[in-house]
This record gives sequence, structure tokens and C-alpha cells, in this order.
Amino acid sequence: MEVLAPTVLAFAHSEPAWSMRRQHAHLSDEALVALVARGDEPALAELYDRVGRVAYGLAFRVLRDERLAEDAVQEGFLGVWRTAAAFRAERAKASTWILTLVHRRAVDLVRREERRRAEPLPDELVARAGEAAEATDEAAWLRFERERVQAALAQLPDVQREALELAYYGGFSQSELSERLGVPLGTIKSRMFAGLARLRELLDESEQEGSWRPEFTS
Amino acid sequence: METGIHELTAGYALDALEPDERRAYEAHLSGCETCQEELASLSDVTEALAVAASGPVPRPELRERLLGAAHAEPQVVVPFESRSRRSVPVLSAVAAVAAVIAVGLGVWATQLSGDLDEARSALDSQRELAVVLADPEARTVALEQGQGRLVVDPDGRAVLALRGLGPAPAGKTYEVWVMEAGVPTRAGLFAGRHDADLVRVEEAVDDGDVVAVTIEAAGGVDAPTTQPIVASEPV
Repeated sequence: MEVLAPTVLAFAHSEPAWSMRRQHAHLSDEALVALVARGDEPALAELYDRVGRVAYGLAFRVLRDERLAEDAVQEGFLGVWRTAAAFRAERAKASTWILTLVHRRAVDLVRREERRRAEPLPDELVARAGEAAEATDEAAWLRFERERVQAALAQLPDVQREALELAYYGGFSQSELSERLGVPLGTIKSRMFAGLARLRELLDESEQEGSWRPEFTS
Repeated sequence: METGIHELTAGYALDALEPDERRAYEAHLSGCETCQEELASLSDVTEALAVAASGPVPRPELRERLLGAAHAEPQVVVPFESRSRRSVPVLSAVAAVAAVIAVGLGVWATQLSGDLDEARSALDSQRELAVVLADPEARTVALEQGQGRLVVDPDGRAVLALRGLGPAPAGKTYEVWVMEAGVPTRAGLFAGRHDADLVRVEEAVDDGDVVAVTIEAAGGVDAPTTQPIVASEPV
């Protein structure tokens, strides 16, 4: 035992980053944001490890370019770093807030670059994303979620799905979509509103199915 | 008008508004509980859309790059005293803005820890600065000369954050310039402080412009007569 003790101490001193990350691993996203607001860099790293992959997937979907997607993610996370003190946990989940910052940055970039690639991703890329998703448990959860949301999207009326996808993944504004689709602006607005509301219902339903809760009939 | 702005909630949640609509909606949102609730109720859906996006896995270099960039912008947080936490809501809103200023810039805490009334009036005048500093899309530009940095939002509104300039000499003032292709435009005057200055640049700053500060005769001049003591890198 006496022989072991110095070794343990030496390990603890040589791996401070490891021990900090372990401390952060059990904290909620919201607690991490609070730490980030105090200038805690390991907390930012932990948030990136949790949300970065989805954020990058989203930015890539909008921008279709690795370099630009990286820029959008980096700038989004710098937004987190700079404005964490303004985050209000009662208003939104931290992950949603982070994804919003990254998405907004991606949309700004895609509009500036005039990259208008709203068509579906090539199969090859989807396959690559799928392969990578096999690797870990966390990735398996992501794949499950992705399939669940895609299934819900598929059940939306075509015009609603089109409005949501062109806006959220294509970066088109409502006015641009009105022009591009030759539909009045008010119609675009109602399609987006109705589409989001319907998607929320469908996701709630599939979440209940997915949790295998026994159903009771009264 | 009111109903019109309520209708923008779905577009806002999807980032499908034009920049001016987005700003109008955000201004409306802060005072409209209905919209706040509606927006919150849509956040799970937009997060689901984000999760559903198919894409390749990020390169490991991105993590290092991003953390390196954050490290290069160290933060110092305002230590709010307990009396400011007990203060009236208006003041806590101001305090929140102050926190944003401090966090965004990493330095300017000292001026806020003094007398509350003084801090309050100083902060009232700085609210507009905070809008720029709190904008996550605002870029931070390093200074080639002088200590501090320049923060520029996507609309070209800019704030100079300067450290340790000190008060301008008697009979003199600091004057801000926006240099476009080497041609200076007047962009405001300020007196200077020992600890830190937050200075609104009173002209729009475009890509490639340089923001500079010179010492000039009190009241300011139409064109700089001295060498800049502060100069940003090109924006």
C-alpha cells in the first residue's frame, strides 16, 4: 500500500485535465453553461463533447462544406463562450441554445455564400454518417433519434415538410421561399407554423411508443 | 402590427427571418410572454430537426481549434455584490447587461464594482454597447496598436474596448476614426479612463476598414493631426 500511494499521487498530478473532465462529466448542460460564464474552459470542452457532433452535422447539412461547417461550429461555440452569462435556463435547454447559435451562424454563412443546396444529401454521405454512427453507444442513440425524427418528418404533408426543410436545412428565409415557390408569404408562414406544430405532435407520439410504456385502457 | 409580429415565431424558431425581421421579433419577444412560451414550446422540435441532420463526423482538429480560440479570449467575470442581487428588477436587468459586457470582453469589471448609482447611470449609457457586445455573431478584431480589441456586429456597429489608455491630456480629447481605404471619417470623441474604456464607434465599420484613435484638440478635429495611438487590424 505504501508503495502504491506515491504512484497514485503522481498520476493525479500528471493528469489534471482528465480529473477536471471527470468532474464535469456528471454536470448538467445548464450547469456547464454557468461554469462557462465564469471562464471555465474545461466546461466549454465538455459542452463541445456533448453537443459538437450534432452541431457539426447540422452546420454541414446547411453549408455542404467541411470548412464552412467548421467555421459555423467554432463561431457558434465562441458565441457560447462570450454570452454564457446571458443564458437563462428557464427559457431554454442549454443544448437547444447552443444549436441555435450554431444554426444561425450557418444560415448567415449560407446566405452570404449564396450556397443554395437544399436538395437531399448524396447517398454516399448519408452512408458515411450512418457508418460512423455504429461506433459508440452515444452515436447509436443519435442514429435512433435521427430515424425517429425522419420518420415523423415523412408523415407531414408535403408542403409543410418542404417549408421546414428548405428553411431549416436550406437556410432560406420566409420571403425567399415565397418568391422561390411562387406562394404568398402568408401561406409560407402558416405552413411553417402548422408544420412545426404537427411535427411536435408526431414526435410526442413516437416518443411514447419508443419508451415501450404499457398502455392501459380505462 | 401585433398579430403580424406574433406570426413570426415559427420563422424565428427556424432562423427563417430576414435580419431586420429577426431584430424586430427579438425586441418584441423580450416583452411578450405569449411569444416566449410559444417559442419555448417549439425548441424541442427545432432541436429534433438538428439531431435529424445527417452529416459526417467533425475532424478532431475542430475541437482543438475551437478551444484554442476560446482560450485566446480569456474571461473575467463581474463579481456582483449581494446588494446588487437584491436590487429592483430594472437594476438586475442592467446587471445582466453588465455581466454580458464583462464576459464578452473579459476585463471591464472594475468600473462596475463601485457605487451602484454611478454604475447604473454608466450602464444606461452603455446599453447600446451591450447590444453589440452580446451579439454572438459579432466578430472580435485584434488591435495592431494599443491594448484591447474591437468588436463588430454583422451590421457594422462597432465597439472599441480599450485598456489602460488613461485620461486625455488637459485641453485634449481622444478621437475615433474609421479608415476606409486609408481615408479617415470622424467616429466620435471620448475622454479616456485609467482602467478601461468602452467606446461606441459612431460610424458603420465595413469589411477591410481600420478603426483608429488619435489625440486631438478638445472638441475634436475634422481630420487627424497626430499619429494613431490605437489602431485595429483591418476588419
